Amino acid sequence: MSGMAIRIENIGKKYLIRHKAADGRASTEDFWALRDISLDIAKGERVGIIGPNGAGKSTLLKILSRITEPSTGRITLRGSVSSLLEVGTGFHPELTGRENIFLNGAVLGMRRAEIRQKFDEIVAFAEVEKFLDTPVKHYSSGMYVRLAFAVAAHLEPDILVVDEVLAVGDISFQRKCLGKMRDVGTEGRTVLFVSHNLTAVRALCNRAILLEGGAMVFDGDAPEATGRYLAVSTDNLLVRDWGDVSEAPSNHSATLEQVAIRNDAGAIPAGIYTDASFNVEIRFRVKEDDASVGLTINFFDKEGDSVFNTINNLESDWYGKPMPRGVYRSVCRIPANLLNNGRFSIGVNLFGRSFSDACVTTDVLRFEVLDGPSIRGDYFNEFSGVVRPLLPWKTQRTDVS
Amino acid sequence: MQETREVVITPGGDEKQYWRDLWRYRELFLFIAWRDLLVRYKQTAFGAFWSVLRPLATMVVFAVIFGKLADLPSGGAPYPLFVYAAMIPWQFFAGTLSESGNSLLSNTHLLTKIYFPRLIVPAGSMAVGFADFLVSFVILILMMAWYRIAPGWRIAAIPFFVLLAFLSSAGLGLWVAALNIRYRDYRFILPFIVQYGLYVSPVGYGSSIVPEKWRFIYSLNPMVGVIDGFRWALLGGSNRIYWHGLLASTGITLLLFVLGVRYFRSTERTMADLL
Repeated sequence: MSGMAIRIENIGKKYLIRHKAADGRASTEDFWALRDISLDIAKGERVGIIGPNGAGKSTLLKILSRITEPSTGRITLRGSVSSLLEVGTGFHPELTGRENIFLNGAVLGMRRAEIRQKFDEIVAFAEVEKFLDTPVKHYSSGMYVRLAFAVAAHLEPDILVVDEVLAVGDISFQRKCLGKMRDVGTEGRTVLFVSHNLTAVRALCNRAILLEGGAMVFDGDAPEATGRYLAVSTDNLLVRDWGDVSEAPSNHSATLEQVAIRNDAGAIPAGIYTDASFNVEIRFRVKEDDASVGLTINFFDKEGDSVFNTINNLESDWYGKPMPRGVYRSVCRIPANLLNNGRFSIGVNLFGRSFSDACVTTDVLRFEVLDGPSIRGDYFNEFSGVVRPLLPWKTQRTDVS
Repeated sequence: MQETREVVITPGGDEKQYWRDLWRYRELFLFIAWRDLLVRYKQTAFGAFWSVLRPLATMVVFAVIFGKLADLPSGGAPYPLFVYAAMIPWQFFAGTLSESGNSLLSNTHLLTKIYFPRLIVPAGSMAVGFADFLVSFVILILMMAWYRIAPGWRIAAIPFFVLLAFLSSAGLGLWVAALNIRYRDYRFILPFIVQYGLYVSPVGYGSSIVPEKWRFIYSLNPMVGVIDGFRWALLGGSNRIYWHGLLASTGITLLLFVLGVRYFRSTERTMADLL
C-alpha cells in the first residue's frame, strides 16, 4: 500500500438510543450511524463526503479524527493527520492573540518550534499585528476568525480532515479558506472534506462519496456524486401529463396534453444546471379547425413571484395562422446562464384569437436549478437574485496611455 | 517533516498506541497546564497571591479555634505552623481534586473537536495545583524561619508524601472526572467531598487526639497519612508517624490511583459521545 493514505475497512458506529414508552418503561435500541464503510484513499486525493443530514458524515469524520471510536472495522492512516472540525479549537477568550496562537497550534498538533518558526507568517496572514497582546475576547468576530484560520492554514499535515464549519465568516474570508484548501490539495496532501456546499466539493475535490442512512451509496467523481445527491434530495416535477382530457387545462380551441422539461436529446434531464440550456416542451391538441392558439410560459421563483414570462407570438411557423385540428408541439429553449440556482416553478397559458379566451395555469412544473460550476471562477458563495446572466466585463488602465 | 507514521483506528483502541500518544502529546500537556495557569489569575489585581491567601486565612481561623479556644495539642510546634503544615498538602489535594474532577467538563469544546489522550486534561489541571503547592511551600519555609524552626533530615521525606497526595488526588480526580461526564451530579458532590474532607482529615487538629481504637480506621483516609507525614517531616517534636496507618493510607492511595486510571481509560473511548 505504498500510494495509500487512508484505508477504511468495514467501519461501523453503533449508538444506543433510549426510548421511553407511554407507560414509563424504558427500552434501548441499537442505532447504526454508520455501517460497513470501506474505502481506500490514495495519497494526494481530495475526497468530498456528502449526504443529507443524519447520513453519517460527521460520525465518519469524528472516527477519522479519533474523537470517537468505531464499533466495528479498522482504519489505517499513513502520515501525519490534522483534523479541523472548527477553526479556533482551544482558543481561550482571556488569553492574548499571541498566547492563543501557541495554544491553538499545540492543540492542532504543531510543535512549539514549528509554531515559533511560522509565527510571523501567521500573524501577517491574520492581519492582527497591532492586537497581538490583546485578549482575544476584545477582538471583533472577524479578527477572531482570521486569527483562528491563520493558525489552521499553516498546518502541514500529510492528511487533512476538514469539516464544513470552515465555511464561516464573511465572504472574502470563506474565499480565503476555500482557496487555501485548494492549495493544500495541489501540494500533494490528502484532503477529506465534509460539506453541504456542493459547489465547493465540486471545485475542490476530485472524488466524492455519497452517504445515505449510514451507508455509502456512491463513490466516484465529484460532479457525478453531487448530481446524484441532488437528484435524490430535490423533488423535481419535470413532466406533467394530463391523461384525463376533462381535467386538462383548456380554452375554447385547445387542450394541454403534456408539459415537460427536456434536454436537446429529448430526454428528461437528471438535473438542471445554471450553465446548461434546457427546453420546455408543450404538447397540446387543437380541438377545432382554423383555430388560433398562442402560448405563454410564466416562470416563478420559490416565493411565487414572477421571474419573467415569454410568449410565442414571434414564432413564425404557426402563430397567428389557422391551425387544423391535431396535436402540436411547441418548444421554448431556455438558454444557459439565465436563471440563478434555486427553486422555480412554471405555469403555461393558452390563449385564442383574442387574449381574453385564456386558460391560465400555475405550478405545472417545479424544479431546482443547480449550481453549474463553470461560470463561478474563484467565487464560492451565493449569487443573489433570481437570474444569473453571464455578462462581458472589461477592465482597462486609464492613467497611462 | 517527521517520519511517516501509521495510525490504526480500531474499536477498543490500541493500548500501546495510547501510551505512545501520551508521550507524543507531551507538549500539549505543557500548553494546557500553561493555559490554566495563565487564565487563572487573568484580570485579578493580586494574581497568584490568592493561591496563598486561601490556606493562610483558613490557617488563622483554625489556629484560633482549635489552638487557642479548644487548646488542642500540637506536639510542641506553634499552632499556626502546625495547621499550615497540614493545610498545604490538604490544599494541594483538594485543589487538584476539584480542578481535575471538573476538567473534562470545562474542556468539552476541546474533547469534541480534537483528538489527544484525554488523560492530558486532568493532568494539566493537576500541574496547576502543583504550582500552587510550590508557592504555598515557600510561605511555609518563611513561616518556619519566622518561628526559628529548622527542619531536620526528615524533610527529605517530603517528596514521598507529596507523591502520595498527588496519587490519591489523581486517582480520585480521574474517577470523578470520568463519572462527571455521565452523571453531572458529581459536580455537586465534589464540593461536599472537599468540605467534609477538611474536617475528616487532621488539618485543624492532630491525629493524635483520635482514640487509639479508631486510629486504624481513621487512617484509611489517604490524607491522614500524608498530613501526619508532613508534620512529622517538617515539625518533628512529638509529631509521630503512625506506621500501620501510613501503610494503610499508602495501600488505599495506590489502589485509588490504579482504579482511577483504569476507570478513566475504560470510559475514554465513549467520552466524546456523552459530552
